[in-house]
Amino acid sequence: MLKITNLHKTFNPGTVNAKKALNGLNLTLNDGDFVTVIGGNGAGKSTMLNAISGVFNPDFGTIEIDGVDVTHMPEYKRAKYLGRVFQDPMKGTAPDMEIAENLSIAARRGTRRRLVWGLPKKERESYKPVLAKLELGLEDRLSSKVGLLSGGQRQAVTLLMATLKEPKLLLLDEHTAALDPKTAAKVLEITEKIVNESKLTTIMITHNMRDAIRYGNRLIMMHEGRIVVDVSGEEKSKLTVEDLLALFSRASGDEFSSDRAMLG
Amino acid sequence: MGFLNAIPGAVAQGLIWGLFAIGLYISYKILDIADLTVDGSICTGACVFAVMLTHGINIYLCLLAAFAAGAVAGIVTGLFHTAMGIPAILAGILTQLMLWSINLKILGKANLSISARKYDVLLSSMDSVGSILVALLFCAIIIVGLYLFFFTEVGFSLKSTGDNEHMSRAQGINVDFNKVLGLAISNGIIALSGALLAQYQGFADINMGRGAIVIGLAAIIIGLSISLKIKPNFVVSLIGVVGGGIIYYLVYTFVIWLGLDTDLLKMLSALVVAGFLALPYLKKKYFTKQKIFEDAKTAQEKKNTEEVSENA
Repeated sequence: MLKITNLHKTFNPGTVNAKKALNGLNLTLNDGDFVTVIGGNGAGKSTMLNAISGVFNPDFGTIEIDGVDVTHMPEYKRAKYLGRVFQDPMKGTAPDMEIAENLSIAARRGTRRRLVWGLPKKERESYKPVLAKLELGLEDRLSSKVGLLSGGQRQAVTLLMATLKEPKLLLLDEHTAALDPKTAAKVLEITEKIVNESKLTTIMITHNMRDAIRYGNRLIMMHEGRIVVDVSGEEKSKLTVEDLLALFSRASGDEFSSDRAMLG
Repeated sequence: MGFLNAIPGAVAQGLIWGLFAIGLYISYKILDIADLTVDGSICTGACVFAVMLTHGINIYLCLLAAFAAGAVAGIVTGLFHTAMGIPAILAGILTQLMLWSINLKILGKANLSISARKYDVLLSSMDSVGSILVALLFCAIIIVGLYLFFFTEVGFSLKSTGDNEHMSRAQGINVDFNKVLGLAISNGIIALSGALLAQYQGFADINMGRGAIVIGLAAIIIGLSISLKIKPNFVVSLIGVVGGGIIYYLVYTFVIWLGLDTDLLKMLSALVVAGFLALPYLKKKYFTKQKIFEDAKTAQEKKNTEEVSENA
């Protein structure tokens, strides 16, 4: 499904600010894998997702999605394989456009946009049941501007947009980190529902260890631009937060204590 | 009485600048780019139109060519910005400077007359009422055209590009292409307004675009301040922008009639626009603060009285 081979990326090379963000990253995902990713700040979690999405060109290594080498494919072309939800709820939706218009843009991800009506009436109606699934009452607000929604609502809409046209790979970059605990739980619940319904192959970054253990069938821990812990199946379901902390100290050889990954 | 007689002329010019402002609206409001190409491309439109007309070419072909020339100018700015990574505002300035030379080359001299006495033009200052109708027709056609365009798949993707680039890329939209396309359409419409302006004035002039963006911004700001209160949708906004152009020219004509030194007009226009652009910022900075302060003060007073009553 996804195959990352020996991926390297250094930001600001040759300067005092040089930062080795990815350092020989290898990762292979099977169809239907739901992987949670944890790791300290600067471990390279977001950098990995951005490399998969094509936000930057890696220095070395390859990325394959479903057998297609996408290493140097521009971001907008790669988007046809990917559904993405960002940490910042403002990033995933167009605030000055209606909810239905946002969805219609997402429904055409990966197809050539043509000079035909962008949102036929029938299509607009078809979004009602889709929005109803979120149970946020948005189905009655098709023509509302997305900018009027709360952060949690926007994140739920973004999640819908990321999966409306089924992606080969769903990338969630701490997508609940900016929300209050109650809303975060709700968005996670929606996430799990959507992912399970379509058996989406998913990578979810989280800084909440309990969430990392609770969701998905596989857990990876990153440190200094590479994967240091990779557990799945039975072994993963038995994990506790204490186990994770111990695993991390062993793998990285230093204390994990001051980091915000402790939270939760 | 002088002012009343000048009203039809002011309305006709206001409509032509309203068309200009519609073009500017696409870059300024939809793409969220301050595109300074426009000062050059309005003149390019006038030059291309005037030169072709004096060579006896069909007037509608001349208009089409003016639109195309403006679109090319927009594409150049767009490529400077997207393919070469130059900040949009500088890209526009560079193209504008290039257009100065190009316009001179097209025109061959600083000024070319296309007087309505000699040429069969669509509008002219000698027939203000006729000009109003023609300019109105052009505005209507462009508004309807843009309305249809911006509700297509391509139009949606253009809107979202200006609204949220991040999201657009994630949804597979080629934002670079869209910016170039938007700037092409914007400058095409602006060049078309230049062709109309040349006909109305009876000549094309190498200086006619100077400060055009300020007039366009004034029209947009005035227009939106009214139309957003009526109904915040696309067509009403565009109609409002055209209305803004008319209001601008009515005021302009009025202050001239009052006897204001015309040398000062550009300065006044710029000051008015600066004031309006600053308004949202100043409002936020000073008025919200005051409100918070007052809230805090009343809260403090409330607390004080509570303490007093407790003590008692």
